[in-house]
Amino acid sequence: MRQSFIARNPSVLIFLACLAVFTLAVTLMSHALGAEMISTSFIKTLGRTLCLCLVAIAMDLVWGYCGILSLGHFAFFGLGGYMIGMWLMYARTEIIVAESLANAAIPPTPDEVRDAIGSQIFGVVGSSDFPAIWAFAHSLPLQLALVVLVPGLLALVFGWLAFRSRVTGVYLSILTQAMTLALSLYLFQNESGLRGNNGLSGLQNLPGVEAGQDWISLWFLWASALALGLGYVLCAWVVSGKFGSVVRGIRDDEARVRFLGYSVEGYKLFIFTFTAIIAAVAGALYYPQAGIINPGEVAPIASIYLAVWVAIGGRGRLYGAVIGAAVVSLVSTWFTGGMVPSIPLGVYTVDWVDWWLVLLGLSFVLVTLFAPKGIGGLVDLVSARVAPDRHGADYGPDKGALREEEGRK
Amino acid sequence: MPKRLIQVVATLLIACAAFVLPVPSALAQTDSAEDAASLQPILQEQAELFLDSSRRTIQPAIDAVAASGLPQAPDFLVAWAEREIWVNEADLTFYRVTRDDDRIYHLFDVDTGAEVMTLEDDDGYEDLRPNSGIRGLIGAALVRFQLEDPDPAIRAEALDSIDRNGEASHLGPLRASIDSETDQGLRARKEQLLTLLTIGYADDKVDRIAAIESVAGNLDVAVRAALNPLVATTRSAATDLPEGRNIARELRPGSEALPRTEAYQLLVDEGLAPPLVSSDDLRSTLADHIEDGAVAGVPLSELSNPAARDRAFDALVAEGLVEPAATEADIDSSLADHVFYETYAEADAEVTGAANAALASISRMVALNQVLDLALDALSLGSIYFLAAIGLAITFGVMGVINMAHGEFIMMGAYTGYVLQQVIPDYTVSILVAIPTAFAVTFAAGVAMERLVIRWLYSRPLETLLATFGVSIALQQLAKNIFGTQARPLTSPDWLNGSWVMNDIVGISYIRIAIFVLALIFLALFLFMMKKTRLGLETRAVTQNPKMAASMGINPDRVNMLTFGLGSGIAGIAGVAIGLYAQVTSEIGQQYIVQSFMTVVVGGVGNIWGTLLGATMIGFLQKGIEWVYPSNTLAAQTYMIVFIIIFIQFRPRGIIALKGRAAGD
Repeated sequence: MRQSFIARNPSVLIFLACLAVFTLAVTLMSHALGAEMISTSFIKTLGRTLCLCLVAIAMDLVWGYCGILSLGHFAFFGLGGYMIGMWLMYARTEIIVAESLANAAIPPTPDEVRDAIGSQIFGVVGSSDFPAIWAFAHSLPLQLALVVLVPGLLALVFGWLAFRSRVTGVYLSILTQAMTLALSLYLFQNESGLRGNNGLSGLQNLPGVEAGQDWISLWFLWASALALGLGYVLCAWVVSGKFGSVVRGIRDDEARVRFLGYSVEGYKLFIFTFTAIIAAVAGALYYPQAGIINPGEVAPIASIYLAVWVAIGGRGRLYGAVIGAAVVSLVSTWFTGGMVPSIPLGVYTVDWVDWWLVLLGLSFVLVTLFAPKGIGGLVDLVSARVAPDRHGADYGPDKGALREEEGRK
Repeated sequence: MPKRLIQVVATLLIACAAFVLPVPSALAQTDSAEDAASLQPILQEQAELFLDSSRRTIQPAIDAVAASGLPQAPDFLVAWAEREIWVNEADLTFYRVTRDDDRIYHLFDVDTGAEVMTLEDDDGYEDLRPNSGIRGLIGAALVRFQLEDPDPAIRAEALDSIDRNGEASHLGPLRASIDSETDQGLRARKEQLLTLLTIGYADDKVDRIAAIESVAGNLDVAVRAALNPLVATTRSAATDLPEGRNIARELRPGSEALPRTEAYQLLVDEGLAPPLVSSDDLRSTLADHIEDGAVAGVPLSELSNPAARDRAFDALVAEGLVEPAATEADIDSSLADHVFYETYAEADAEVTGAANAALASISRMVALNQVLDLALDALSLGSIYFLAAIGLAITFGVMGVINMAHGEFIMMGAYTGYVLQQVIPDYTVSILVAIPTAFAVTFAAGVAMERLVIRWLYSRPLETLLATFGVSIALQQLAKNIFGTQARPLTSPDWLNGSWVMNDIVGISYIRIAIFVLALIFLALFLFMMKKTRLGLETRAVTQNPKMAASMGINPDRVNMLTFGLGSGIAGIAGVAIGLYAQVTSEIGQQYIVQSFMTVVVGGVGNIWGTLLGATMIGFLQKGIEWVYPSNTLAAQTYMIVFIIIFIQFRPRGIIALKGRAAGD
């Protein structure tokens, strides 16, 4: 009995509708259209949040569906940001340099222009030569291709090495964490050619665009919403159908899927690389809105937060990841922005800027302990998709595996 | 010369003079016997130089005073350096002058030191004010007297001064003073300094070469400092190799040692070839010759093309407006016409040869000692990693619980030590109290965490990771709220300060030795606990098969709780140790958590020997890479992690992999 993709996944339509309404509402309330109900900086925050939702979907796919707890997906996110950042910075500096050289008596040669751009960009790290990795920075299409290729290749090589030697479970988590730590330490060096701990800055200015930040922020919001919508549909499509079943099978009992003749490594590698590319695209949209990227962004802690969002939102359902990322990052902005009133306790005043992380940490423990399904689990209550009584025999040795009753449904 | 002897002779001479001759007037000291005993005539002879007080001309005056060999000469030099010597402008008599609180000038005789008169004002007298250059020369002259001073402290001071700025003139006095030196330590220093001065300044070639050969393999930095100037080279270019110069080697332009551009630059610097026109020069030359929007007929708009710029320049040359630049062919021919060579600053080839040989043997020794030093460093780093990881080896290695809050337990231990130091002022006592207290605090924290969180998640290891991460960020922020973000010092007791120095290269601080010893103690403790105690037996039973262990009457809950508490407690003690040499911040645990996990994973889960090997390997690896990429610890860490990722490809279960039933799968 084959049903259409949409019919099997009603949540996709609902999600797309919500996203469309949200985007439309924000657009109508924006500065650019004169409504002035939402400030430009808050539109940027919303746009960034959409990108975080996109990377959370990728995380959900790799962890919630495939069972690989990657603690390194923010490395791909950051790499995507770096790749687009290189073009943004190059192109913008080129315009500035061209303006300043235009006054010279003799028109500059291409080499001179390039040298001037180099000393502008790399002056902060005491260099003026372009490292080899900036070879394509002058071209937007090439650099856009690199957004996909560089993180994709890294994920492919790393995943191939890791899955081939059958590193699984917590070992894989630690290994991915080591990868992102290595990457961030590498980027911190001035010799890495990406301006060391200064990172790339001034990314909020689109080169050659005259429009103000109010419009640019809106464009990026649309682009992020579009990417999120497309990413959601793509991921939903990947995890539905036979392919998705195999992927979930790998999560529940890898050995059995292997014995059934599936190439477990191939599936895992595909999911790992695919999600890395999604993360990179999300990063490429995120950092122009953030304006700056530095190696601190790919530190291991960022990737762990990503796992936190997905866990709080609810693993194994794509909308759960979106809800988790949106709720946690927005609430986090709300708390750390000092917008929550302090609670005076007589002897001590609880200042939420200081205490928010404590609250987040503890609530995270509580969610893990008492609500493993996260916020997304609330949907089950409404849709009466009651959790199966998990007391039947399990299909796999892992206690998280599908149970007999569950399977019968 | 023994000072005593001079004094005796001088006294005798004075006595003779007193008998034979009438007492001369104080101002007209012309008598030869008096001359020998008195400084005044010598000073007056050089009065012009003294009054001139110029660094360039003063040396003969100083030499005259020093050569007099009079016992009062050093006192005079000291007084002069301290600007206490005044001259009567009328009769050129020298006095030592001090001014008391009532602004009255007291004049002392430079020879006897007796007060001669007092003055209300300084009219008619001039203060000699030696500048710092002259004071340096005075100091050098004083050295000869100081080298033979009866007070060893002054002799040591003189040696220090020679050490700082030795010169050829020190060689004689130094050599002369060695035989009479009674202090063994000073004698050794004098001999060493003599060798160094001989290398640098001796006239006799044989002496120098012998001295150079005697220091072969010596690790002292001063030895290298003395040898290096001998073999310093300068590059030159000429049409033919000059005769009579000590030539180190001939260089071929275009080789690695002398790239083509550098070779040509050398020719330009020596005026043997016309300079190249750089692109900047080219641009400014062109800019100087703009006429009607074009340079020599080439329109400005085309000049963004390098070829067009060359064309314009050539046209300018053809018009005779600018000097021609060297072309590639010119460069080649001038390079071919000249020889390039390096010459030693030292003229004697035998000396430089000996110096090169000595330096080579020294650098071999240095390399050997550096390897030793590196090994010690690596061992100490390894023991720090081991200490940080040993608690994890229990909770993660034995129990299989991923505790992301392990780093925060290390932090809690470090802060416990800090708080105790605020309460107990004696550092030794507070450290001794801190170790059990830190254990107790983190043991309690570990037990609480196991009871409240981890116990529910034993079957879901990935979720343990996340839940303990939640605890980790909460604890970290809590520490920030309590102790602030700035680093807190955990001061080590005095007996742990300083370091154990073997020679100029090999040395290790006592704290690192203490950490190493602590790591060994913990290794022994762990082995004893796991192999010899009831708890260890029960722990091993529970981790291998909880159901079977339970049916044998072991309470798995209790064992898990105690084991986890123990692992956490050890992390707390590690925190105290790490806090002693690193700054205590709320992020101290974060710096070690990834490395600790890697140590356990690389070593092999569930085996303490594996953890030991893993820590040693990571320590050596990191130091090794740091040695290859000096001054870049970030690169070292990056490459180390990459190496570990690759290593796990080949040994996914670590260096020591458990086999059979103990492996748990």
